[in-house]
Amino acid sequence: MKTNDKTPLMRVQGLSVRLGGREILKSVSLDLYEGEMKVLIGPSGGGKSTLLQCMNYLILPDRGEIELEGRHVDPHNARELCGFRQQVGMIFQDFNLFDHLTAVDNVSIALRKVRGMGKAEARERAMAELSRVGLSDKARLYPAELSGGQKQRVSIARALAMDPKVMLLDEPTSALDPELVSEVLTVIRSLAQNGMTMVMATHQMGFTRALADEVLFMQEGRIIEQGSPKELLAEGSGTRTLDFCSQILEVEGCTP
Amino acid sequence: MNETLTVLLDALPFVLQGAAVTVTAVVGAMFLGLFIGVPLAVGQVYGGRAVRFVCDTYVWFFRGVPILVLLFLFYFGLFNFIGLNLNAVAAATIVLGMTSGAYQSQIFRGSILSLPKGQLKAARALGMSDALAIRAIILPQALRLSIPGWSNEYSIILKDSALAFVLGASEIMARTHFVASRTYQHLPLYISAAVLYFLLTWAGVAALRVLEKRVRIKGYVH
Repeated sequence: MKTNDKTPLMRVQGLSVRLGGREILKSVSLDLYEGEMKVLIGPSGGGKSTLLQCMNYLILPDRGEIELEGRHVDPHNARELCGFRQQVGMIFQDFNLFDHLTAVDNVSIALRKVRGMGKAEARERAMAELSRVGLSDKARLYPAELSGGQKQRVSIARALAMDPKVMLLDEPTSALDPELVSEVLTVIRSLAQNGMTMVMATHQMGFTRALADEVLFMQEGRIIEQGSPKELLAEGSGTRTLDFCSQILEVEGCTP
Repeated sequence: MNETLTVLLDALPFVLQGAAVTVTAVVGAMFLGLFIGVPLAVGQVYGGRAVRFVCDTYVWFFRGVPILVLLFLFYFGLFNFIGLNLNAVAAATIVLGMTSGAYQSQIFRGSILSLPKGQLKAARALGMSDALAIRAIILPQALRLSIPGWSNEYSIILKDSALAFVLGASEIMARTHFVASRTYQHLPLYISAAVLYFLLTWAGVAALRVLEKRVRIKGYVH
């Protein structure tokens, strides 16, 4: 953690969620500081995705609070909710590009309709974001004409165009063919290096080691371990995190 | 044979004027149904309990009562009761449109439900209100997917429009009946009417297929 003395950019306190009678999140809290990259790992069904979706109120928690820059966000106030979500970018595992819009329109639509930007200005901004993810030449293509990696990069450009203060990434490379993973990770890496504040669920261990400021290990709706990747993934540290990661790496056929 | 041909040729302009009336009523009803059906579908999918109840009730009423009954109920009953003085064509158009709205809402509802859930999530995550997300993201996709169902609905309304004859609307059926009852050439005249309905169905369905192709999104397989 880089700036422990300051107030956190985003503060999540005591989030609890029940879905279909099951407790998915059990009083999860975390403080996110500016420029920090937190990585969520853990078995599927552990609550990573639910936590991320709660963090911009795509899922309404039953209990708990979220503060952005020290201000409490009320999810029942529609105006406040929309304003909050504009500041929190979300990247989904399966991209969720708008299928009826070209790449550039995917990026510009929220600029126009949410931000009220003019058509030309929004387009210009969208093109800038697309070139940032290396896709200026694909601007006129529809999602169905793009590869998985390209779709995910468009979705990152779409989120970035809103100038988010925080980015939430829900397993952004899990739906990709192996050879397409690196192009997406490259984009995320450059975001991290440029100081974007992020929370990312991923199983990319090499990436986590290199870039995460903190690793949160989630299981059964709780954060059961947290610390720097160095601490949690140290040989012989005996952590659940290390145990879990060795299992993933074994399956993938490489050494930790 | 010659006499038959003469009757047909004499009747043709008269019946074709009826075709114009039919087409006007059907196109009017389709659009009225669209403007009623889209909000109904949105209400059924996204509405709260009260909104869903109102929409469901509307749909059940218009799907549950025969069109002939609705035509009489509205034209001789309700429109009179509220002091609305409509001619038969306008009344038939409104009744067909309101009925079609109930059926069209189910086409749109199916299309909306078939879209991936992530579309709405992604729109919300960008800060769109639900109303904006539905307008800008959901409906443009759902309406495209609805065109095949819509062309089916067109062919149904076109044929239902023949019932407007009972209100005295001077459409294809009414005019054919008028000529037939005077010339006694029932068989050739009603065959012609049938052919005319068939051609109108074919033309409308073909036009909608062109529309479907024109608004198709490249590479979009649903």
